[in-house]
Amino acid sequence: MKATTRPPEAQPLGADPRGDAESTAALLRELVSHLRQNRTQLREEWARRITHAQLLTAMTEEEIFAEATSVYDNYVEALETGTFEALQAYARNLSERIIPRGVETHEVVGIVLLLRDVLARSLFAKYHEDFTKLNRILDAYEPAANRIANTVAVGFVQERERIIREQQEAIRELSTPVLQVRERLLILPIIGLIDPQRARQLTEQLLRAIRTNRARVVVIDITGVAAMDSNVANHLVLTVEASRLLGATVIVTGLSPEIAQTLVQIGVDLTKMNTVGDLQGGIEEAERLLGYKVVLLGEAAQQVGESTGQK
Amino acid sequence: MEVPILKLGAYLMASIQSALTDADLLHLRDALVDQVGRFRSRGVIVDVTALDVMDSFAARTLSDIAHMIRLRGADTVIVGIQPDVAMAMVQLGLRLEGVATALDLEEGLAFLARSTRERISGGA
Repeated sequence: MKATTRPPEAQPLGADPRGDAESTAALLRELVSHLRQNRTQLREEWARRITHAQLLTAMTEEEIFAEATSVYDNYVEALETGTFEALQAYARNLSERIIPRGVETHEVVGIVLLLRDVLARSLFAKYHEDFTKLNRILDAYEPAANRIANTVAVGFVQERERIIREQQEAIRELSTPVLQVRERLLILPIIGLIDPQRARQLTEQLLRAIRTNRARVVVIDITGVAAMDSNVANHLVLTVEASRLLGATVIVTGLSPEIAQTLVQIGVDLTKMNTVGDLQGGIEEAERLLGYKVVLLGEAAQQVGESTGQK
Repeated sequence: MEVPILKLGAYLMASIQSALTDADLLHLRDALVDQVGRFRSRGVIVDVTALDVMDSFAARTLSDIAHMIRLRGADTVIVGIQPDVAMAMVQLGLRLEGVATALDLEEGLAFLARSTRERISGGA
């Protein structure tokens, strides 16, 4: 082979890109066949070191070994073909499986770096007598290995971020129900943290619900809201005003002592806000506004009896 | 475009069907304030269902109409403000303070029936 007959010192890096690429490909081929030959032994060594380093503690040893096998094969294949799509897909698939089990980013990065190290050591062992060759093999191996580590780590993080985004979306959807408790009466229980985006979404949903349910009174219950800043408080005031423009009265219930203090201290103008202590009181007030009167069944029968008796 | 004013028993109704110029709005104001006395109306309904934009001049004119009509002895209710318009209005600080609002024409009529009854029973 042309590449192997030339001493490496005589060929500065990048001086002859074509020749260099050829030699790199040849070296990688040699490397891959070495890794294929020693597959069982290297794979075991890697799995052993993963356990030893206490990575992937959420998984059993058999699982680690099974994953190690497929990662190893994908790794070698990526080295051989120089294409990373298959590895990328595999990394995403792997992440999808192991993220729900609580595997952390450092563990994934850790195992890939371990594999890189295990393979590098096997190369040291194989070529320790021919230092020049070792150097050239490593020159071919290192960039590819780095790129593989990069691909896997990025794949994992992207998958994680995707899951986080999905969950945020789900929480957002779940956390803003607008419920009708009576004809013309809606309640909007708000639980958890309100950020500006969620506040905007809440308002939009509420206004739309007022329109579709033809609501006249809305009870917004914020018992489950731990803290409120001036932005959110002002947004709440805007929501109350906007609801009024649609012809609905808003009653706010369940302001905690802390929120009451904050709101007064930051000087939010709440004079136009109709507040009642708790949700029960709020619904009672709303029923009064709507002209409902709730009576116990016994009392109702009595009242009917009295009125018929009077006739 | 001139807004037609319809007489519905004891009430007057003006339904705004398209975006109005400032002059149209002032014309509507003058016509309503005039006719509410002429027909001895007890209530006025301004329907803005078809409006998808409300600027500060429109909001102020609506507010003026309501207050002027109050001085002429009748109540005003603005009906049919769209959710998006409502949000945009409050964000711009156009609160229509002291002006009654209702979801739609039906609710507006119910509101006027209630408020005129209250006034009569309160006055008696």
